Amino acid sequence: MSETVAVRLTVNGATVERDVQPRLNLVDFLRDELGLTGTHWSCEHGACGACTVRVDGEIVRGCLVFAVQLDGATVETVEGLTDSGALAELQAAFHVRNAVQCGYCTPAMLLTADALLRRDPDPSRETIRAALSANYCRCTGYHAIVDAVADAARERAKRP
Amino acid sequence: MTGPLSSVDRPVSYIGKSVPRPNAKRLLAGRGRYVDDIRLPRLAHAAFLRCPYAHARLVSLDIAGAARAPGVVRVVTAKDLAGRYEPWVGTLTHFKGMKSAPQHPLVRERATWQGEPVVAVVAESRALAEDAVALIDIVWEELPPLTDMQAVLEPGAAPLHAELGDNLCFARTIDAGTVDAAFAAADCVVEEAYSFARHTGVCLEPRSILADFDPAAGSLTVHYSSQAPHMMKEIFARHFRLPESAVRVICNDVGGSYGVKIHVYPDEMTTVAIAVMLGRPVKFIADRLESFVSDIHAREHRIKARMALAKDGTIAALTIDDVTGIGPYSTYPRTSVVEGNQVIGLAGSWYRCRNYRAQLRVAFQTKPPTTQYRAVGHPIATAVTEALVDRAAGALGLDPVELRRRNLIPDDAYPWTTASGLKFEKLSQQASLAKLLTLIDYDGLRREQAALRPRGVYRGIGIACFVELTNPGPAFYGVGGAPISSQDGCTIRLDPGGSVTCATGVTEQGQGTETMVAQIVASTLSVALDHVRVVTGDTERTPYGGGTWASRGCGIGGEAALQGALALKANILALAGAMLQADPAALDLAGGWVVDRDGGNRRIGLDEVGRAAYFRGDTLPPGVQPELVATRHYMPREYPFAFTNGVQASYLELDVETGFVKLLKHWVVEDCGRVVNPLLVEEQIRGGVVQGIGGALFEECIYDDRGQLLNGTLADYLVPMAGEMPDIEVAHVETPTAESALGAKGAGEAGTGGAPGAILNAVNDALTPFKVRVTAQPISPRRVLEALGKA
Repeated sequence: MSETVAVRLTVNGATVERDVQPRLNLVDFLRDELGLTGTHWSCEHGACGACTVRVDGEIVRGCLVFAVQLDGATVETVEGLTDSGALAELQAAFHVRNAVQCGYCTPAMLLTADALLRRDPDPSRETIRAALSANYCRCTGYHAIVDAVADAARERAKRP
Repeated sequence: MTGPLSSVDRPVSYIGKSVPRPNAKRLLAGRGRYVDDIRLPRLAHAAFLRCPYAHARLVSLDIAGAARAPGVVRVVTAKDLAGRYEPWVGTLTHFKGMKSAPQHPLVRERATWQGEPVVAVVAESRALAEDAVALIDIVWEELPPLTDMQAVLEPGAAPLHAELGDNLCFARTIDAGTVDAAFAAADCVVEEAYSFARHTGVCLEPRSILADFDPAAGSLTVHYSSQAPHMMKEIFARHFRLPESAVRVICNDVGGSYGVKIHVYPDEMTTVAIAVMLGRPVKFIADRLESFVSDIHAREHRIKARMALAKDGTIAALTIDDVTGIGPYSTYPRTSVVEGNQVIGLAGSWYRCRNYRAQLRVAFQTKPPTTQYRAVGHPIATAVTEALVDRAAGALGLDPVELRRRNLIPDDAYPWTTASGLKFEKLSQQASLAKLLTLIDYDGLRREQAALRPRGVYRGIGIACFVELTNPGPAFYGVGGAPISSQDGCTIRLDPGGSVTCATGVTEQGQGTETMVAQIVASTLSVALDHVRVVTGDTERTPYGGGTWASRGCGIGGEAALQGALALKANILALAGAMLQADPAALDLAGGWVVDRDGGNRRIGLDEVGRAAYFRGDTLPPGVQPELVATRHYMPREYPFAFTNGVQASYLELDVETGFVKLLKHWVVEDCGRVVNPLLVEEQIRGGVVQGIGGALFEECIYDDRGQLLNGTLADYLVPMAGEMPDIEVAHVETPTAESALGAKGAGEAGTGGAPGAILNAVNDALTPFKVRVTAQPISPRRVLEALGKA
């Protein structure tokens, strides 16, 4: 358990080098090694989606990926995607619609919604609901989140 | 509204406006600060060995291997904690005859549920602590489990706690009016047995605590995911024998709570005890698997109910017999009997019926403790009552809406005291029902339903009227001896630059508490909302208060904020009057200025008032001592509770081949008095509805005969997902309470209270052509198919 493996990866645009235990998963790596606490864990079974982050452009469950698998990978989290403005329309729409209550599921929900809008810029309400089923929310009842994603899709369409 | 404008009706007001939450921006940027995000020097991490049996005697325990494991700071057993705490007993004196056994942080000789904590390992990381837990040698002798709540109450059943004599925690009966005579004279009697499964809260942020004891200062700081910091300060002081002044509880962001994070948990008490013992910070975050067997569970009722009616649909009498199982201990300090007490207190209370008999029996069992979870008792009382009303409508050949209309308490009949003794100040049941029927186009839905049935499409419409208990006064808990405050305070300060800082005793778990307080204060002082900063969740920085539970944040915390802001306004105007040589009564506040009450001419900016008070006292008239801070507290005194009311409707489609329910639409009309922020209220209602739907259709802690949880992961335990949930339309009727100037009642639990009844009725409405019914929740596909004889 104490043996470590050297990894070098890019996280939110910065190169990161660490010696990690093979059992360290990505969400613990981000939180404990890098202090990126915007990514949360909840079920640790890949069911709830609270640990969703982007790896090499695709969203993954941070609890189901080990840090040692990510040598050479590019990882983006809510912190980096906030700084770059990639989530701006979604964040604004979530704010206006109050599609966030306790906020624990929210960063991951934003990443899942962003992944949907990147592959389907004009999703139907049913498509939004189906895509968001990858992420649990216990507070909002989802209605406002669906509204917010639909609003953000319209705003994104105005991007130059 | 007629008459002069009150402070909440001013032309420039945020009250009644859908203002987005300023503090949500942090959460959206991933900048929330939950307990697990806190890093402290010398932080140690706790993990627990938990009993794998429902009921077992501890035969032997060897911790030597664990103690030698890498990174281990200390392995702690019950023996190590002896003498370091006061045990706790979850009883309250106003629940006459209730009993429960003393509870301890760690198992001493006998474990009474699967998941009860036995040994704590504290290590340099959570992973190392878990590694060491696996090295503990422990031998158990399994004892007979007590799982079935009816069986454990049979005469001769072995008591779980010998010193208590039997397994009955609490019993209560209500017998009002002339029930037997009403049944004897009835034209129609309907009766049914209902069951409601045990489920749990599943906060996405698990229970989290970081206890930090400074032996030099003798002070304990607890970073805690909790709804009630002041209550927990009191409890930590009391049970670890610390001076009240030495304990500070801080709740930053809380990742969901719903009643889960307001009880005393043995693993959390152990964590505090160890922090005190070691003199260094110790953190415990429940992982998901241990959450399922250590968080409080909820519900688990078996109910027999009967209703007597006259031919014209008048409800003549109602009887309810509720048996509920609460696990091995009544929870502390709120007790585990409030849920059942509210079931029998609330059932049928929104109808005029005067003849009511109810019996409640609360049983001990070897499963995790159940207790208050969102809408305590309401979903059960509502579903049983409303299901019987639908049955009666069917039996009498009346439309279910018409039957309700004939029996709801008329809107002009208030104040009203129910057969069970509850006092309703003023409700709007008839107006709410009328509004709902318009909203859903009831007749249109019925036509659509009828048109689809010949095509083999089975749709159901379910209606559920309900009341919700909010804004509890001291008679709820304080009277029984619990350190639970029914009052709350708000301190409001004008800062030198003209901005405002508020500190409130009510807490934020995402409801929008801080926004609500800011709206009230900004409106009263007539300053821009972004000039108001609200502080919550810290016992050293906020006035004493109960926190956020029982839908009390706006009704009680909001009124304290209003009264505090009015007091500060008077202070500001007094100072401005002295500065301007004007009568304060001739002045007012508007848009960040002191203005003439008549005409609104700007006289002096709030920033100038602030600067003069704090920095240029030399410019003030002799003898003037500015007081630009005010604190006010509020508790309801007139009514024990501010009841709200409403009605929900569900429209769904049942697949009679698979038993699957497809929710098409859900509507809620509710009356929470004055609505301070419609956006926030509607989100409370919607979120509540979905938690209610969870209990109605999906959520169940499935136990086997040995008391083993069979679905204790989030892959096995079903919670509502976005794809299965309907759009939820919310409308309001506003009947402000006259007890406060603000007039707000609560809105946090109405959704959860009413939804299961509406869903149950809609499913049974869809099943009508088959002349079968479901009576057990969750209404799983299997239960639907069983009802249809297809399972």
